[in-house]
Amino acid sequence: MLLVELIVASLTLGGLYALIAMGLTLQYGVARIMNLSHGEFMVGAGFMAFWLVTSLGAHPLWALALALPAGFCLQWLVYRVLLTPLVKRALSPAALEADSILATFGILFIVQGVLLVLFGGGYYSYDFLSMPVDVLGVPVAANRLLAAVAALCMGLAVYAVLARSRWGAALRAMANAPQFAHLVGIDPRAMAAFAFGLGGALVMGAGVLVSMFLPFSASMGVVFTMKALVIVIMGGVGNVLGCLLAGLLLGAVETLTARFLDPGLTMAAVFGIFLLVLLLRPQGLFGRARA
Amino acid sequence: MMASFLRAPAVWLVALLLLAAAALPWLTQGEYALSYGINVLQYSVLATAWALFSGPTRYISLATTAFFGLGAYTVAVFSETLPWFGILAVAVLLAIVLALVVGLSTLRLSGVHFVIFTFGLAELVRQLVTWYEVNVTKSIGRYVFLEITHQEIYWQLLALLALVLLVGALIRGSRLGLALRVIGEDEVVARHLGMNTTRAKVLLFVISATFMTLVGAVMAPRWTYIDPAIAFNPTVSFQVLIMALLGGAGHLLGPLAGVIPLTALFELLSARFPNHFAILLGVTFLLIVYLLPQGVAGWLSQRAGRWRKGAKQEART
Repeated sequence: MLLVELIVASLTLGGLYALIAMGLTLQYGVARIMNLSHGEFMVGAGFMAFWLVTSLGAHPLWALALALPAGFCLQWLVYRVLLTPLVKRALSPAALEADSILATFGILFIVQGVLLVLFGGGYYSYDFLSMPVDVLGVPVAANRLLAAVAALCMGLAVYAVLARSRWGAALRAMANAPQFAHLVGIDPRAMAAFAFGLGGALVMGAGVLVSMFLPFSASMGVVFTMKALVIVIMGGVGNVLGCLLAGLLLGAVETLTARFLDPGLTMAAVFGIFLLVLLLRPQGLFGRARA
Repeated sequence: MMASFLRAPAVWLVALLLLAAAALPWLTQGEYALSYGINVLQYSVLATAWALFSGPTRYISLATTAFFGLGAYTVAVFSETLPWFGILAVAVLLAIVLALVVGLSTLRLSGVHFVIFTFGLAELVRQLVTWYEVNVTKSIGRYVFLEITHQEIYWQLLALLALVLLVGALIRGSRLGLALRVIGEDEVVARHLGMNTTRAKVLLFVISATFMTLVGAVMAPRWTYIDPAIAFNPTVSFQVLIMALLGGAGHLLGPLAGVIPLTALFELLSARFPNHFAILLGVTFLLIVYLLPQGVAGWLSQRAGRWRKGAKQEART
């Protein structure tokens, strides 16, 4: 009983973490932008869903259907308008990294500030499918289950696109050797913008899913960004499958820590794993060492 | 080296300004001027200490709050059992241990690992302290009863500022400073020249963290009540970062050029637009990244370079 309960809780939490981190690993792996405003867009999507559900009476799945294209367009624009000048200006990858970190800090505070002005600092949630469903004899909240299944579908869809389609091949080529991508007819800027937008779609979709079962607040994004970053490093930068596994691992560790030690120590558990990865396998659990 | 250091006119100018600042509490009676002065000095030391490490190495550190809070919280815990200098010694020891853990685990890797680690460090330490207080001492929040006046806080901060500037100047002239400049330019080259790059970076990070912790400790008596949320306020890291960047982290005195306008701006913004503070902070970030990437100090030296070049060309014709 306890085992099933723990496994279900780990999978639902870890699946969402993986989805959030997947967007980030695409943005960092392909577009080479360390997007520290990632979590803010997730929380923003949560608020959008809240507004659609409570004011317009829309179904949360409509919010999800809206969040995916909206997230793509929004982040595509962010890359084209705000980040392209930095990419053009950068003399070295290190300079671009520093610039993009600072610019995305700016975006972080602007999005967070707008949300604070619109909604204040309190916690929000809405009621959706909160009845329990029986999974192998254990009651699980239906919204949580739906969110996990949707996260899994989205994650697998992205993986399929990357592994099977031409677009996916181009994206992987960019992640592997950005300096040679243009030699095989890939437009690096367009592809980077596309990857950035895809990351935006994933994170805003994840935001709607999170809002279905977790109370959220305007200042919560940073913690999610932090966890997503740890997952990206653990999975190996740009590695989508590694990201999925690392996300599930992090979900399991957090669930176990909250259940057997103390819910207040989840961050310490995340950092504990991060520290181990840094000391033992800095290229990531599933990454290969760069020559 | 010391002799050439003392001959530079800038050194005497800075020393003179610091002495003038030391006289300020006697000159003005207003409580507001003093508290504003404390604010400026606090950020001056933090931003200079930040640039001490991040300027030459170009690693963006967000650990400021973690160390600042560590210092403040150490004071809250030991204020009744230890004498003042004993407390400061404990704070410094804790800072060295924490900086070594962070530095040794991340600084041998690329800058990204370091940024990510420091990004969450303040939150991690805050959660650990909260957990300890809830489970072990069974009470959250502590009172600080120390007989330290605002004037004394002001002078202690000023002394710290003088010290951090002196240490910064000495490091710049030393082998360590040269090593760090090479690391900042190209770490691979530095390694091929036989430098132990990790040791140099960790050493500098520890020095910088020690100063940040001392600022937190010195500032603690200003609040009479401290809890983890007050001590580990994440915006401090970002404010210090942006001040140092605006001023220019490449020059020892650069951060001060950012601290003075931005403390005034933040004071004004948080008083007049308390709800829009985050938005305006974000806009300031973007403006600096796009318009002044080298900071005021970098911009000035660029202008000066161009002016000198122009003068030379004129002399030739």
